[in-house]
Amino acid sequence: MKKVLRIFKENKQFTLFFILGLVVIGVAIFAPQLSPYDPLDAVMTESLQEPSSAHPFGTDKLGRDLLSRVIFGTRTSLIMTLCLVAVIFVIGTFLGVIAGYFGGIVDAVIMRIADMMISFPGLVLAIAIAGMLGPNLVNAVISIAAVSWTKYARLARSMVLKVKKSLYIEAAVVNGTKTWKILLVHVLPNMVTQMVVTAAADIGTMMLELASLSFLGFGATAPTPEWGLMLNEGRTYMAKAPWLMIYPGIAIVICVVVFNMLGDSIRDVLDPRQD
Amino acid sequence: MTKKQVGKRFLQIIIVLFGISFFTFGLTYLSPGDPAEIMLTECGNLPTPELLEQTRHDLGLDQPFLVQYGSWLKGVVTGDMGQSYSFKMPVTDKLVSCFWPTLKMSLLALLMMVIISIPLGILAAVYQNKFPDYFVRGITFVGVSVPSFWLGLILLSIFGVQLRWINVAGGSTDFKSMILPALTLALAMSAKYTRQVRSAVLEELHQDYVTGARMRGIKESVILWKHVLPNVMLPLVTLLGLSLGSLLGGTAVVEIIYNWPGMGNMAVKAISCRDYPLVQGYVLWIAILYMCINLLVDLSYTYLDPRLKEDR
Repeated sequence: MKKVLRIFKENKQFTLFFILGLVVIGVAIFAPQLSPYDPLDAVMTESLQEPSSAHPFGTDKLGRDLLSRVIFGTRTSLIMTLCLVAVIFVIGTFLGVIAGYFGGIVDAVIMRIADMMISFPGLVLAIAIAGMLGPNLVNAVISIAAVSWTKYARLARSMVLKVKKSLYIEAAVVNGTKTWKILLVHVLPNMVTQMVVTAAADIGTMMLELASLSFLGFGATAPTPEWGLMLNEGRTYMAKAPWLMIYPGIAIVICVVVFNMLGDSIRDVLDPRQD
Repeated sequence: MTKKQVGKRFLQIIIVLFGISFFTFGLTYLSPGDPAEIMLTECGNLPTPELLEQTRHDLGLDQPFLVQYGSWLKGVVTGDMGQSYSFKMPVTDKLVSCFWPTLKMSLLALLMMVIISIPLGILAAVYQNKFPDYFVRGITFVGVSVPSFWLGLILLSIFGVQLRWINVAGGSTDFKSMILPALTLALAMSAKYTRQVRSAVLEELHQDYVTGARMRGIKESVILWKHVLPNVMLPLVTLLGLSLGSLLGGTAVVEIIYNWPGMGNMAVKAISCRDYPLVQGYVLWIAILYMCINLLVDLSYTYLDPRLKEDR
């Protein structure tokens, strides 16, 4: 406990963004309590109202309160982004560890597929996959995961290759330790820090990619409160109702900045060797 | 690169293209929705079971997957990527007509990005941990967090709606209407590139020969322009090549916002109406472009770095 407190005290930047990150997560969790209205509640008589004391961020075409939608958007974005990062992390690490540890044909097949994915602009393929599977948030997560796992696989593989040569792994093999136990007990703990650092730094980027897909119409579907989708819906009323594209955009930027900075400071805390 | 290496790379490219094409073809095969039905509905016909059967037969959809893939691949090799359902024209023609506007815009964006990023990156590196560095790093930090579609919307509302400098409806491909989309792309990309320029210059500035030159009393400006910058060119060209790749991928969002008649715009429309041949053609075409750019970047090393010319 004392050690944790010292980390917070010594790393001011980390502490600040850790708290801000908690605030964002708090907004997502307590969205129903924080938002003044139901984000899906359409009141047609109040459509496209300017920001006022009743509706601080104004209302959209269907008369839904924008502030409530932005708050609930935090929930959508955060849940989907964390799922996405978790999926990529697990799949990428798993494939990378297997490729690195077993080598041979397994390695060749996995890494050639990874090469194929990497030698290609990711978003194009993600758009194609998401569009073909049909637009919804789960498919958006699947499509981005399908093109992003390669980074983790490569990282995990290179670290396994390094660890594999150490004497204690050899000793474990000679002792007759089961392979899965070697991987879990001796290999994984040696690389998990580096992997977590990478994953934390990726949260912001992944959030942006998900929002892009939703903006293009290949992610969240109406009436889900999602920032990218809200911007897409709002852009028709650019001249009449500029608030529809200002607030969701600001929400995205704030969230991504917080998670990017948090990712950077986590790296500084866990891995002080790097600049 | 030696001839042997180039040959190896070509083989690799062909294998990757093969994989990508197989993957996209499989994807369209697995995805829900019947192309024959979509095509008929697009044409305004009421899809009766007999008509559906007939269309499926005409399109070769009743054949096994591998046969379909094989005949498509055979067409691709001869430059025939099939017929687009929604545009009612050969996929190849549609791709070519959409390619030029995208290329024009991407190149302008690339130029703008270089003009913005390289001076800023060098400035930040030279004044490391002083005010200019903090300033540039601050801007780039916010820059990487701003989604390009939001940036595009903001620019469009300022210059299109408020100032009325450009036509909001879009659709034309003259130079004037190209500036804003290119600027949006350039700004979105330059945050990342500026950081990369900064770290490349910094790495070079910490080399021993720079310290040596300083000790001999050579002016800082001479060190920077005559020694450091020529050496930095190599990583910068690599990064620029990679940027062009992501530019091609990132155009979709910007083209949609400004209604620019390019490939990204076309692809999004094609995917929305499940125009499978066009989507397959688009993905394959981007893959070919991307890999050719990467190959050119690698080849340019030989000219930028004479050490690589030696055959080893």
